[in-house]
Formats: sequence, C-alpha cells, structure tokens
Amino acid sequence: MSRYIIRRLLQAIPLLFIISVLLFVLMINTGDPLSTLGGRRVTRPEDRERLSRQLGLDQPIYKQYLFWLIGNDWTKVDMEGDGIAETPGTRKGILRGDFGTSMVQRGKAVTEIILDRLPNTLILMIPAEIIVIILSLAVGVYSALRQYTVTDHIITGLSFIGYSMPIFFIALVSMYIFGVNFKAWGLPYLPTVGMFDPKIGKTTGQVLLHMVLPIFSLTVISAAGYSRFVRSQMLEVISEDYIRTARSKGLPNRMVITGHALKNAALPLVTIIGLDIPLLLGGAVVTESIFAWPGMGRLFIDHLSRSDTPVVMGILMMISVAVILSQLITDIIYAWLDPRIRYS
Amino acid sequence: MMGTAESDVIKIQEEFKTEALTPGQLMRMRFVRHKMAVFGLVMLVVLILYSFGGALFFSEAQANFTDTKLRLSSPSAAHPFGTDTVGRDILIRTIYGGQISLLIGMAAVVVEVVLGVLIGAIAGYYGGWIDGLLMRFTEAMFNIPQLFLLLVMAKFFGGSVPDINLFGRQFSGSVIVIIVIIGLTSWMYLARIVRANFLSLKEREFVLAAHTTGTSNLSIIFQHILPNSIAPIIVSGTLSVANAILSEAYISFLGLGVKPPTATWGNMLEGAYNYVATAPWLWIFPGLLIVLTVLSINFVGDGLRDAVDPHALIDAG
Amino acid sequence: MEPILTLENVEVKFQTLGGIVNAVNGVTYSVEAGKTLGIVGESGCGKSVSMLAVMRLIQDPPGKITAGRIFFKGQNLLEISEEKMEHTRGAEIGMVFQDPMTSLNPVLTVGRQIGESMVVHKGFSHDQAEERTIELLNLVGIANAEQRIKEYPHQLSGGMRQRVGIAMALACTPDILIADEPTTALDVTIQAQIVELTKRLQKELGMAVIWISHDLGVIAELADRVIVMYAGYVVEEADVFELYEKPSHPYTLSLLKSLPRVDSSGGERLTTIPGFPPDGIKIMPGCPFAPRCSFTVDHCRQENPPLVLIGKDHKIACWVDVNTGLERSV
Repeated sequence: MSRYIIRRLLQAIPLLFIISVLLFVLMINTGDPLSTLGGRRVTRPEDRERLSRQLGLDQPIYKQYLFWLIGNDWTKVDMEGDGIAETPGTRKGILRGDFGTSMVQRGKAVTEIILDRLPNTLILMIPAEIIVIILSLAVGVYSALRQYTVTDHIITGLSFIGYSMPIFFIALVSMYIFGVNFKAWGLPYLPTVGMFDPKIGKTTGQVLLHMVLPIFSLTVISAAGYSRFVRSQMLEVISEDYIRTARSKGLPNRMVITGHALKNAALPLVTIIGLDIPLLLGGAVVTESIFAWPGMGRLFIDHLSRSDTPVVMGILMMISVAVILSQLITDIIYAWLDPRIRYS
Repeated sequence: MMGTAESDVIKIQEEFKTEALTPGQLMRMRFVRHKMAVFGLVMLVVLILYSFGGALFFSEAQANFTDTKLRLSSPSAAHPFGTDTVGRDILIRTIYGGQISLLIGMAAVVVEVVLGVLIGAIAGYYGGWIDGLLMRFTEAMFNIPQLFLLLVMAKFFGGSVPDINLFGRQFSGSVIVIIVIIGLTSWMYLARIVRANFLSLKEREFVLAAHTTGTSNLSIIFQHILPNSIAPIIVSGTLSVANAILSEAYISFLGLGVKPPTATWGNMLEGAYNYVATAPWLWIFPGLLIVLTVLSINFVGDGLRDAVDPHALIDAG
Repeated sequence: MEPILTLENVEVKFQTLGGIVNAVNGVTYSVEAGKTLGIVGESGCGKSVSMLAVMRLIQDPPGKITAGRIFFKGQNLLEISEEKMEHTRGAEIGMVFQDPMTSLNPVLTVGRQIGESMVVHKGFSHDQAEERTIELLNLVGIANAEQRIKEYPHQLSGGMRQRVGIAMALACTPDILIADEPTTALDVTIQAQIVELTKRLQKELGMAVIWISHDLGVIAELADRVIVMYAGYVVEEADVFELYEKPSHPYTLSLLKSLPRVDSSGGERLTTIPGFPPDGIKIMPGCPFAPRCSFTVDHCRQENPPLVLIGKDHKIACWVDVNTGLERSV
C-alpha cells in the first residue's frame, strides 16, 4: 500500500514538470507584457530594452523557464545592459511560491492576491462537492432499485436535463426563480449578488445565505451526471453473483443492498470525484462571475481580461497542482478502501 | 434411425431453431428501445432545420439590425423573442446564432477526432517510449481544466484570425480560433480510448497476418485496425459535439468567445445576468436552445452507446 | 418416508429479446431427507433454474415461475410470504454456487460473510457468530481459521473459496444443501477434495443434498438417486446403481457412452451426441430429444412422452424400449 502511494507520488512529479513547461510556453506566447506593464510610456527603444531586462525577457527561453521555476535570487542579473551581471535577482521562483507580481495591482505579490481570494472559492466548492457525493449516491441507488418503473424514467430524464444545462443557465434560472420572482411574489427570497449585504456586514448568516444559490448552481450538473453513474454501477453490482449468494442466505433486502451492494457500487465514485475537481473549478469561474462572488474564479476572469499574465499563470499553476493532488488523494483513498488493493 | 449422420440431424433441428437476429437488427432494436434516443434525434433534426432552414425566411442583415429605440423590448408579435440590448430581434439572432453554435460544435469535433485518433493510434500501435511520451503529455493536458485553458487561449489568440467572407456572409475570425482551441483542448479523452483499442487489437491475428504479408504500418493502422475501433470513436465523437457546443457557450458567455455582431447562442447570453429581473427573455430563449441541443445530443449519444455495447444494456431501462 | 422437498409440475419461463424461453417445463421430483439427489444434464437443460425456483431466486423480470407447486416440509414455498421465504433460505435450505471467484463479495471479510446469516436467522451476537464461524471453517477443512476470518476472498485459493461457500451455506445447519455445479470451475484434484468433503459433511450433519452437475463421474460418486434432465424436462429418474447399470433413456445412454473410459482400448472414437440442444423458444411437436435420438419411432415426433414408471423406482419419459428398439408396451 505504501509502495502504491510512493509510486503515485513519483508519477506525479514528471506530470507537474510537463504541465509547468506547457503553461510556461503558453505564457511566453501570450500577449506583450511590455506594452501592458509600461503602457503608453514605453515607446522609446531604450525604455523597452530596460524594461525587458528588468522583466528578464532578454534571456534565452530555457533561462527564463529556469528563473520562473526556481527564481534568480541565487545569481546576478545584468540590469544595466553592459553585459556584466551585477545585480542580485529578487525572484524566488514558483517552486518556492513566488509567482511574481501582478501587472494590474502593481507591486502586489501574485501569491498574496490569489490566497486572498482562495478561501472564498473553497467555501463554495467544498460544500458543493459534499452535496454532490451525497445526492448522487442517494438518487443513483434509489433510481437503480426502481429500474423499469416510472420513477426511474423520470429521474433518468431529469438527470439528463440536469447535466445538459450550461452552468450559467442554471445560475440564471435559479437567480430568476429564487431571487427575482420569489421577491416579486412576496416570498422569502435568496440574495443573488456578492458574499454579503454591505448594509448588514460580513456575518456568518449573511455569507451562508449568499452561498445557497452559487452552491446550488455548482452541484446540479455534477450531481445529475454522477447519479447516472452510481445508478449504472448499482445495476451492474446487483446482477453480480455474490448478490445472488447474499440473497440465497436469506438476508433481508435492505441488508443485501446496503451491506453487500452499496460498498461495491460506491467505490468507483471515489475516483470519479477526483476527476470532478477540474470541472468544479471551471464551474466556479462562471458561477462567481454571475453572482459577483469574490473568489478565485472571478479573479481569474478579471485579471485575464486585463492581460495580467503573472496572476493568470499563477492561478493556472495552482489549479493544476490542486487537480493532480486531488486525483492523487482520491486514488489513495480508493486503494485504501478496496481490500483487493489494500491487501494484495 | 440408427446412426443418423450429424449433418442430417442438424438440418432437421435448424428448421425449428429460432432465427438469430443479425447484429444490425439487434443494434437497431436496442437503439429504438431507447425511446429517448429517438426523441433526441428528432429534436436535433428540428433544431438543425430551425437554424439553417430559418435562414430562408430571415436574412443575416435582419439578425444584425440594431434599432436602439426598440432595445430590451419584451416578446411581442413583431419580435416573438423580444429584442436585446441594442434592439436586435432575438428570434432571428437565435436562428443565425444556432448556425454558428452548431457549426462550431461539429467542426471542433472534427479537429478533436483527428488529433485524438492520430495520437491514440500512434501511442497504442508503436508503444514503447513513443507511447510513454504521448501519454504523459495527454495526462498533463488532462489535468488542466479545459475552461481555463480555453479562456487563456481565446483571450490571447482571439484576434489573430481576420474576419472571413464566405458565401457572401461575414464571419468573425474568432469563429476559427474557437473551433481550433476547443479541438486542441478536447482530444485527450478520445486519444485514451483509441490507444486502449489499439493496444488490444494490435495483438490480434488479423494484424499479425497483415504484418506477415508485408503491409505497411500506415496501412495496418488506417485500413485494418482503425475500422475495428469505429464504434467507440463514433459514440465519443457524438457526445463531444455536446461538449464543444457547451464550451463555446461558456467562453462566449464570459465575453472571450465569438465576437459580435456574429451571433452565437453563447454570446447572446453575455452580460445577461445584469438583466435577470428586467429582461429575462434575453437569456431564456438562447439558453433553452442550448439546453435542448445538448440534451438531444446526449440522448442520441447514450442510445448509440447502448446500441454498440451489449453490457451497457443493463441500464438501458 | 415423506420426502423433505417435492417439486410438482414446476414451469419457469424467461422473457428475452428473442422470445420467451421455456427453461423448465412441468418438472416433478422429490428429495428424501438425509439423502443425496444428483441432477444431470447439459448446459441449458433447466437443472440450475429449477433449483433457483425452489429458492425463489428467479429474477422477475425477466423470469417467472408460471406453474407448479414446491413443497418443503409440508408447505408450498410458492405461497408463503417473502419474509418467511427469507428465513427458509439460509436457515433451512442452503445453496452453494458454481464459481467461487464471483460468488463471494470481494469487499467483505470471509468471517463476516459466513457469520451474517447466523446473526440474522439465529439471533447470534457477533462474538457468538465468530466462534461458530471458526468451528465451521475447521469443519470444512480450512486451517488457521482465526486468521482466515479476517481475510478477504481474493486472498484465498479457488478451492478454499469454495469451502468458504460451503461453510456459508451450512452456517445455520439447514435441512437441505443445494450444490449447483460447485466443482465445475475447479481443478480435478480440488474437485475430488470438495466431493469428499461433501460426503463427510452429509454423514456428520445428516442434511439432504441436491448436487447439480453435467459430470456423470461426480454424480456416480455422490448421489443416492439421480434425475436426468433435457430441454427443461425430466427424462429419467432412478437410484444411482440402477441408472448406471440399466440406463433406459436414449439421452442417458448417449451421455454414458460419451464418457471417456479408463478401460477403453484407445482406438475407438468418442461417441458424441449429434446436433445441439434446443433453445427453448420454439417448441417442436413430440419429444424434444427426437432429432438427436437414434431410437426414434413415429410416435416420438408426434407426442411428447410423459414420465412413467418402468421398474422399481425407475422412471423414464420415452416411448421406446432401448433394449428392443421397439415402442414400449404400456
């Protein structure tokens, strides 16, 4: 088991390396940071050169990648353009958490900007993921046990609709019904903008209230899709020989389903959830934009539209690491839960 | 009747045996049993007729015709779907928007299938370090959420293709960009499937036979193995169209996709959340059309999947 | 002695894509307490299905018991409630299945799988169940029982898994043990062990055993009485010695002839039965075995022969006397 963990960890490292190269190549080719940073002031060639040296853009590509990765504070760079490297570098590189400084919020470290918004995204995503797991298990099992009935057909139909909807449509519809129309009909309604009402302040109650609609939007698609998955897993498990054996022992149906079938059917869900993280993150981008939620997703869009490459790349890199880590964790959890792997 | 010949016995029994259903019959039976799949197919035909046939009734000029006096007017006889923020008729825009959305969906899948099949086939067939390298690369791309990649690429390559003039109509160059980047970020799933297929098929006898007769590798890949992998490619490709349409909608919604005045269902929804209360028709109609299209494709894809894979019959319901 | 289990005209049908399959067609037989009944036949003849019908484990859809009665200890099992049936299964009738790889739940421990029927049916506590489980494992010849109960099926060999299967079926000391081809998926040597084990267990515990197999050799070793099935019908029924000495149905004859024999000279070809078993969907008029039979007369293709007594406790369903080749006089 521990060998399995070590093996997976070792596999993750080259993966991260390749991703960093991919993202770096993307970064190098996107936009012209000189014009963005300097604005209209950078017109003279000497200014461009100076800026270029300051940003380290005059170095060959592999050196740029190296500095991006592990910084340049261990070496000297040439700031004056005389060919002599004399100024010690100030960057620590992304491996030490230095993603550079934002071009939009001048001077502010990218890491700081991102970490400022990260918790807001997490309080949307973590409850959303938990709800997705619970819902898909409940609906999937319920549906599987009622195969061929009208209920099953209805649930299947609704699931299809659920995961065929773009998340912004779900968000808009829920905003419309629960935010706008409920208010118009005099019913208690849910807020649709931001994290809290500025008039009341950032209280727990306010945040919780504001969380409802965004989390709802985030869960629908995944819950609909995975309940179908759980359903088909459950159906497959129920037709297995060992379920027939369990019934032949005269075990009551409830025990057969929960004690024998469920564990086998639910196990693959663990891996699937790991694969859901990237989708949930993507969903967060859209949802935060619609609900004006101050999270990482909205940060990404804001800074992307203003060509703030360091922040954008910083977020991308963090997200990729998060995705790989979450897959690693879910794989390990799966290996631990499945006795065939744990005791092999 | 002592010692009847085996062949005679079988002849008599054959007369009474139930005729086995041909694979084609079985496939069609399963597909039709899947009433949702049939419904999806019908719905798709309707939507295609709407978008492409609708062009016979309304010109593109009408779709782009702005009349600020009429901006944000609710559905009426003159404008059954209402008008948008600059007074354009939403119904006509959904017709032309549909064309672009559907076209982008299908074209992106072509790019995706070409890439996915090539990479998967090469990795699966040649194995060894080629496979290792390609698969590492595939996995790396898998791990970056598609939407983020799309947004970055859309932002920075968005303006790189000039507007095109085709069939007397003007298309924003961003359409081409969107098609390419969606294709570039979706091929991984298909590559994995094709690779798995190739890995198992290349050990089979008909491949070994082809080798011994001196058939070229290229020929083996495309003429021998690939036709046997068609089924999962078709299923995956069909479902990918839904994903491509959604992807375009997402990035256009966020303002980084196809640029107006070229309409797509996605970019018609851009900024609509500012008008949730005041002008719901802005997003309800294009939104519903997206949902219907994606839903129909998912139904059809699901039906196809059941039709080609007997195991999946368990949950055909 | 009143038989402990009696099937009367039991019919089971399945709805499939190709049509309705008549898996079991009006089958009647009984099992005596403490004795072993062997059921022999090719795949698809209905032998397993009739047993699943006894346990009411036929999945509906697509299958259904469409006719007949099944008497167990005086009660018609087809009429009792599902709750009562659950008790009968496991506590009074135990079943062992063919494939030990797939018959055990991969994510539950061996101990749990054996013990749970005792907890459910006999109200044992978990400790009591564990104690008894260790006893059972010893009974079926598994060493290191204390260790084994914490292990998972994939950690055991095929033979051991089947022993676990038997232990599971016997956990509540049932009156009948149904064994559905329990050795088909195992090596010949392991097969012999399992057969020996079953014989020993029957002597020690005194339950009735129903052993289903297509292997005549195994049946000869175990059974007191044998029924031969074909196409969902019982075609011959006799005590084991009578059957092997005086097989009277053409199908039984062919089955016995197709067995390779140790004492054969080695130059003879193995006799096979020409043709293939019917699929159960289209019913031909007459005897279902007629197309493949070497003894047919005209009556065979016109009417399906009923099961009749031809000697002491020896029944067959055939119009023809295989010794003379002529139609049997009633």
